[in-house]
Amino acid sequence: MNHEGKERVSWLEAALTNLVMVVAVALTLYPVLWVIALALSKSQSPEPRLFPVIVDRTTLHFEEVIGSHDASGAWLFARWVLNSLAVAAATAVVGIVLAVPAGYALARFDFVGKAAGVRALLASQMFPTVASLIPLFFLLHALGLLNTRSGLVLCYAATAIPFAIFQLRAAFEAIPPDLEEAAMVDGATRFQAFLRVVLPAARPAIAVTGLFAFMSAYNEFILAATLLGREDMFTLPVALQRYVGEHDQNWPAFAAGAILVSAPVMALFYLVQRHLVAGLTAGAVKG
Amino acid sequence: MLRGWRALVATLVALLTLSPATARAEEPIRLWHAYRGAERSVLETLVASFDGAPVEPLALPYDAFAAKLQAAVPLGDGPDLFIDAHERLADYLGRGIVAPAGDALEPGARFSAPALAAVTLGGTVYGVPLSQKCLALYYRTDLVAREPTSFEDFDAALRAPLPPGSYLFAYESRSAYAHAAILGAFGAALLGEGDEFGMVGPKAEASIDFVLALIAAGKVPESADGALVTALFKSGKAAFAMSGPWLASDLGESNVPYRVMVLPPIVAAGDRPRPLLTVETLSLTPRGAARAVVRKLARHLGSRTAAEERMRIARTVSARSDVELPPDDPLLGAFHEQARFAVPMPTSPAMRATWEPAEKALRKALAGGATPGAALSEAKRRFDDVRRPPPPPASPTPLVVVTALLCLAGAFQLLRKSRAADFRARLRASLNPYAYVALATIAVTLVVFLPLIAGAGVSLFAGQPGSLSYVGLANFVDILSARGGPLFDTGSFYLVLLVTLAWTVLNIFFHLAIGMFLGSLLARPSMRLRGFYRVALIVPWAVPNYVTALAWKGMFHRQFGAMTALTNALGDLFGVTIEPIAWFAHFSTAFGANVATNVWLGFPFMMVVTVAALTSVPREVLEAAEVDGATRWQRFFRVTLPMIRPSLLPATLLGAIWTFNMFNVVFLVSGGDPDGKTDILVSEAYRWAFTRQAQYGYAAAYAVLIFLLLSGLTRLPSLIARRRSRDRGAGGAPIAFEAAEGGAA
Repeated sequence: MNHEGKERVSWLEAALTNLVMVVAVALTLYPVLWVIALALSKSQSPEPRLFPVIVDRTTLHFEEVIGSHDASGAWLFARWVLNSLAVAAATAVVGIVLAVPAGYALARFDFVGKAAGVRALLASQMFPTVASLIPLFFLLHALGLLNTRSGLVLCYAATAIPFAIFQLRAAFEAIPPDLEEAAMVDGATRFQAFLRVVLPAARPAIAVTGLFAFMSAYNEFILAATLLGREDMFTLPVALQRYVGEHDQNWPAFAAGAILVSAPVMALFYLVQRHLVAGLTAGAVKG
Repeated sequence: MLRGWRALVATLVALLTLSPATARAEEPIRLWHAYRGAERSVLETLVASFDGAPVEPLALPYDAFAAKLQAAVPLGDGPDLFIDAHERLADYLGRGIVAPAGDALEPGARFSAPALAAVTLGGTVYGVPLSQKCLALYYRTDLVAREPTSFEDFDAALRAPLPPGSYLFAYESRSAYAHAAILGAFGAALLGEGDEFGMVGPKAEASIDFVLALIAAGKVPESADGALVTALFKSGKAAFAMSGPWLASDLGESNVPYRVMVLPPIVAAGDRPRPLLTVETLSLTPRGAARAVVRKLARHLGSRTAAEERMRIARTVSARSDVELPPDDPLLGAFHEQARFAVPMPTSPAMRATWEPAEKALRKALAGGATPGAALSEAKRRFDDVRRPPPPPASPTPLVVVTALLCLAGAFQLLRKSRAADFRARLRASLNPYAYVALATIAVTLVVFLPLIAGAGVSLFAGQPGSLSYVGLANFVDILSARGGPLFDTGSFYLVLLVTLAWTVLNIFFHLAIGMFLGSLLARPSMRLRGFYRVALIVPWAVPNYVTALAWKGMFHRQFGAMTALTNALGDLFGVTIEPIAWFAHFSTAFGANVATNVWLGFPFMMVVTVAALTSVPREVLEAAEVDGATRWQRFFRVTLPMIRPSLLPATLLGAIWTFNMFNVVFLVSGGDPDGKTDILVSEAYRWAFTRQAQYGYAAAYAVLIFLLLSGLTRLPSLIARRRSRDRGAGGAPIAFEAAEGGAA
């Protein structure tokens, strides 16, 4: 952090930047404040209002979501949180473990079928999921992974891999090859050099890629609702979606649930962004 | 560090393999439903008091219920019995999901005539009717002095004239389900006797004119959804409301003084409104029907004591006619009476095809976009279009021949390549890289490509699931010829494609511009509150988008949205009156609302990518540029941008692809309004799969076209780039990622 003193910034410029940021933050948070007001209000105000207001403040909706129990009295909300976190974290770990070597290979090696593979990876993102959902269901049934969290992790990780590979490939390309070469001159094998030298240098990119995989798995609804058939296996989005029925919609509980769902993601992002800053100041990337 | 990782992995493995179900001696009965709240707890109590076998009730989200049932039951993975609205029975029967009720129906039990008729198909009873739901009239006793004798009598029944800003009568005027009741009073129905579109002709037009007059007189809010009807009625801003039993459960503990009564006649129509009656039905799957204990459970759940319990606790109207109404519950009495004047929702699969055209026409006519006559005849055309018979089955021979030829050509190509002199050497050199990519390749091939190819294959078939027939390329011909209509008519492939392209380009531009701007500001070392800003700015990305999309939709509501409050405030400021904008009545404003929502949702992603990319730009480079006297713009465009480009390119290209297929925002914010004009290709595909009679073949054909378009569009710029580089004489362009680099350029 000793860089900060070096750069001289006029107070005017600092004020302007902060002003821009405050405006951006206000615009960003504005719709979210509506969601929060909805979750905390006992009744909705039928007036057009410029700013969200809480009408008859209540924590009832939060209690309703958090207090979800099943017929036998097991505390379901805790299970859903655990399921969601476990599935999303496992997705991030599995996705990264599979994508890191592949991204590295694409960045450093030339091999038969590389161009076709990259094109196929890109192509896989172009087909709308709406058409491949039912075949996926049959596939997981054949694998015996229906109604399991592992099956869900497999699906999420596989769908997260293409983007992760592209992202990591770009990150590895930004790392000078001299780094590994130096290590190999010192007697390390290519794989050792990859593990010991390249991976630590790519830590910020790996963290962000992992975060992306985590987020997409954590917020996903359609696959989870289709593939999971037991209440104690549900992830949070599936459980939340049940507050929205055909005629009968409990938006305040839905909003309260959404806020509860987002809290861990915000916490995680906070951790990862510190990691990013650490990566920067440690100068790992610069080598 | 390493130890931490190991602990994390071990915990994850433990959590994933942890299975709470232990082997039981007797196989439990599986019961699926979409109930919640009081209805759910009554069901669970009833299930708990059943002593035949252990029962596993499962509450599923309503949205996923049908799709899940259709996928799971044929695989033997579904429930033994399930509770769903009766109108899907015929569809389920066609797919072999339901079995005749047999002795699951308690012998000697008497059911209300419409309820029993609703579950009877071709003379056989396919389920136990549990409860029935329809719309009725709510009124606030503090505002209304007596029960009105007709719709025209509402005003006279008030205690005092309503203050300005209040409505006489609130209901979901733009919903076809609610309008069906009024349509019934005028002697028409959504679906005619012979499965033809019924909401057309002078009677249907008169029903819309009737509503238009009420809206014009300020008696009915012009676009209220269920939540708004509840809010208006609850806060006393509406004296009357037409709603179902769910409004009563929303009013629950609040001390709103209200009563419920049968919808009175509409004098102008000459009859009472005829709301649609939905019968909650307990159906048995073939597997469940074969087990005596499951039928016993069905009898238990359909028994008189169960019905009484349901009435007492959940206050739902029982479908049994031999159950006495609790005398002290005027609500149940009114709904029970109303059911006598209700029309059971038709079970014909054609019914499901009426909703979309009827609702579009209703919205268009009520927003003043077309006369009722014009809107309704367009709706009929749309209905007929969806209902037209599938193309004739085609011979699969051309497919087999083409596939065989392609395989041969591919094999030949491979053979020719492998003959090349250095091929063996290259292949040997590739073995090491293959080890790096092997796991990812296997996972992606299995879980991404296999389902994708199978899904694409469906595009060659047509008809309903269960009776699919191979039709060759007929689906594609249909789509590309705009189903015989004008090529640039609303809903035609080409017009939707143009909208999709505009949608993608605008979104990506704003995502990149805002994301890069804020990202580069955040990366400045001078930022004091950087941590706070960063976390605050990713909030749109962290909150599930189906919730925030709905919050945005609420802000654009013409009468109650924050945007209207903003225009009002601006008007007050400058002393002028600004008419509230009907955001979803015009293409430009509806499209703008969609784009605003998606830009808001998407910029944090680009911002995070920018921040991550900037961490790899060595500070020395930037400092050197500054010393050289470069201005800030020059530094950004000449130094920073080229350095972060490699990281931004894949994100931009994939972001463009994802935006092209961004279904949630379009579906939740504008819902295609006005009149399907803001739909993009993927939401069209979705409509064919889920609201237009499950024409999966058609939806799959859309998906394949989207795929082909995207592969074409993402390669086009790289082809141009290649030609340009060839013209300049620069050879050996890297082939690997040119598609990506070109696509983002």
